[in-house]
Amino acid sequence: MELVTAVGIGVIAAAGVWLVLRPRTFQVILGLSLLTYAVNAFLLAMGGLTVGAPPVLGSVEAPDPAAHADPLPQSLVLTSIVISFSMTALYLVVLLTARGLTGTDHVDGEERV
Amino acid sequence: MVDFAQRGIGGPITGQLVDLTPHLPVLPIVLPLAVAAFMLLLEERRRIFKAGLGAATTAALVLVSFVLLNEVAGEADGIIVYRLADWAAPFGIVLVVDRLAALMLMVTSVLSLAAFVFAVSGWAIVSPRFHSLFLLLVMGVNGAFLTGDLFNLYVFFEVLLAGSYGLLLHGSGRARVKAGLQYIAVNLGTSMLFLIGAGLIYAVTGTLNMVDVMRVAAGLTGQDVTLFRAGLAVLSVAFLTKAGVWPLSFWLPVSYPVATPPVSAMFVILTKVGAYVLLRFVALAAGVPETGLVEFLSPWLLYGGIATVLFGSLGLLSSTQLPRIASYATLVTAGTLVAAVGTADQRVISGALYYLIGSTFATGAAFLLAELVARLRPAEPSDAGVEPVFGDDYETSLQSDFEGYEVGIAIPAGTSMLGGAFVVAALVLAGLPPLSGFLAKFAIVSGALSGGPVLSTEAWVLAGVVIFSGLATLIALMRKGIEAFWRPGEENVAEVRSLEALPIGILLSLCVALTVFAAPVVTYLDATSAYLADPVEYARDVLEVGR
Repeated sequence: MELVTAVGIGVIAAAGVWLVLRPRTFQVILGLSLLTYAVNAFLLAMGGLTVGAPPVLGSVEAPDPAAHADPLPQSLVLTSIVISFSMTALYLVVLLTARGLTGTDHVDGEERV
Repeated sequence: MVDFAQRGIGGPITGQLVDLTPHLPVLPIVLPLAVAAFMLLLEERRRIFKAGLGAATTAALVLVSFVLLNEVAGEADGIIVYRLADWAAPFGIVLVVDRLAALMLMVTSVLSLAAFVFAVSGWAIVSPRFHSLFLLLVMGVNGAFLTGDLFNLYVFFEVLLAGSYGLLLHGSGRARVKAGLQYIAVNLGTSMLFLIGAGLIYAVTGTLNMVDVMRVAAGLTGQDVTLFRAGLAVLSVAFLTKAGVWPLSFWLPVSYPVATPPVSAMFVILTKVGAYVLLRFVALAAGVPETGLVEFLSPWLLYGGIATVLFGSLGLLSSTQLPRIASYATLVTAGTLVAAVGTADQRVISGALYYLIGSTFATGAAFLLAELVARLRPAEPSDAGVEPVFGDDYETSLQSDFEGYEVGIAIPAGTSMLGGAFVVAALVLAGLPPLSGFLAKFAIVSGALSGGPVLSTEAWVLAGVVIFSGLATLIALMRKGIEAFWRPGEENVAEVRSLEALPIGILLSLCVALTVFAAPVVTYLDATSAYLADPVEYARDVLEVGR
C-alpha cells in the first residue's frame, strides 16, 4: 500500500510540476490543482497509512491508539483543501481577467515568438 | 416612567467589566478580523465611515502593540504565552509574545497605520473592498508573528497571502493583473512546499508546536534525522522564497512596483515575515545544539542573504524609477536580514533588528513618496493606471461616484517637503550618518568583524557586501533625486495633501526618533537577541505555562 501511495503521489506531483512550468495559464492552473492533490494526499499519508481505523475514539474507556488513525493529519488536510481550493478559484478569476486584459493566455501576458 | 437605574442604565457599573488585559495577545488577530468582516456588510459608498473605522482599528493596533511591547520589556523573562481555548501546549495552539514578536507587531502596526491613512487619501477607492482586504492582510501578518504552532503559521501565511493577492490586484489594470498572475502562482507553489515541509516534520516528530518540534528533534536517531532535516529544508525554501532571497526572488521586483503605492508600502513587511520565521527557527534550533541544525541551516541563509544583497544592489544600479528602486531596496534589506540570521551571532542579529525597524519604515515611506514624486512631472500615460476589470454597473458607478474625490487639503511648499522627506529616506536606506541606517549598518559590520582574532572570510564578505549595498542605494537614490527635484526650467510644483504628508511624516520622524533615542531601543534589542540566543527559557515558558 505504501508503494502504491508513494508512486501515485509522485506521478501526480510530477505531472503538476511539468504543467506549472508550461507557458499557458490553463496548463498552469491544472498543474497547480494537481500539485494540490498530491500535497493533500502526501499530508494525509504523513499520519501513517491505516485501513479501517477510525480517527475518532469509539469509547473513552481503555482507548487503544494503535486501532485508530491519527486524526490530526486529517484535520490538517481539511484545512489545506479549503485553502487551496479557494486559492485556485481566485487564480481562475485572475486568469480570466488576464485573458481579457491582455488578449492572450500566455503567462507573460504576451506571445513569445 | 422608566427607571433607568433599575434597568442598569446610568447606574454604577460594578463587577460587570471583564478584565481584558490577559486577552491582549489575541487582539492583534481578532480585532482586524472582526472589523474586516463587519466592513464587508457595509455598502461600498460609505467610504468615509469605512476609512474612519479602518484608521481607528489600525491606530488601536498600534496601541495594543505598544502595551504588549511595554509589558514584555518590563518583565524579566519577557514572554507572554496565550493559550487559545485554554488548551496547554503542545496539544493546544499557543500565541507567544516575546520581545521579538512584540517588536514585529509594533513595526507592523505603525507601518499599516501609515499605509492605511495614505490609502484613504485616494487609492482606497479605486476598486472595491480595499479596507477589508487591508485589515485581513494585517491580521495574517500579526498572526504569523504571534503563533507558536507550525500549522497555524501556515494558515496565517495563507490569510496574509490571500489579502496580498487582493491588494496587489487592487486598482486592476493590465500591469497589475499580469504581475498578480505570476505572484499568485509563485506563492501557491511556495505554500505547497510549506505544507510538504510541515507534513514531513509532523510525520517525524508527531507534534506541530515549534518548541516541541525542536525538543523532539533533539532525540531523533537514524533515518528520522535525515527526514527531519529534509522537512526543515523544504520548509526553509518556502520561507526563503517569501523573504525574497536570491535566486527565489524574481517575483518581487515584478510585483511590488506595479501595486498601488500604499499596498507596496505595506508589502515591505511581508518579506520581513519570512526573515522573522527563519530567525525564529534558527533561534529555536540553537536551544538543541546536539542536533546540529544551526550549522545545517546557517550557511544557506548566510550565502543566500549575501547573494540577495548583491542582486538587490545590481538591481538598484539598473533602476531609474522610484518604485523599482524601493523594491530592490526591499530585497537588499531582506538579504541583509537573512544573512545576519545566518551568522547566528548575537551582536549581528541585534544590529540587524535595529536595521529592520528603520529600513522597513524608510522603504515604506519611499514607496509612498514615489507616488508624490511622480506628480512632479507631467502625467504620462501609464500601463498601471486604473481600468475597470469587468466593467459592470457596480464598478463603473463606483468610479464615476468617486471622480474628483479627494480627502485632505493641499499643503503649501509641497515640493520642498517632498525633497526633505526624500533626503531622510535616502539617508536611512543608504546607511549614511547621522540617521538610524548608519547606526544599524555600523552595528552589523562591527558585530561581524568582532568575531575573534582570526576573522572568517564570510565575515569580511558580509561586511563588504553590506557597505557596497549602501553605496548602490546611494547612487540609485541620488540619481533619482537629481532627476526629480533639480530639473531646470520646469515648474516642479507638487500638490501634496495633508493626509498624504502625514503618514510619510510619521514614518520618517520615527526613523529620526530611532536615532535620537537609540540607547533604549538598542538595550531592548540586545535583550531580544540575548533572549533568542538562549531559547531554553522560551521553550520552558511555552510548554510549561499552566501545567
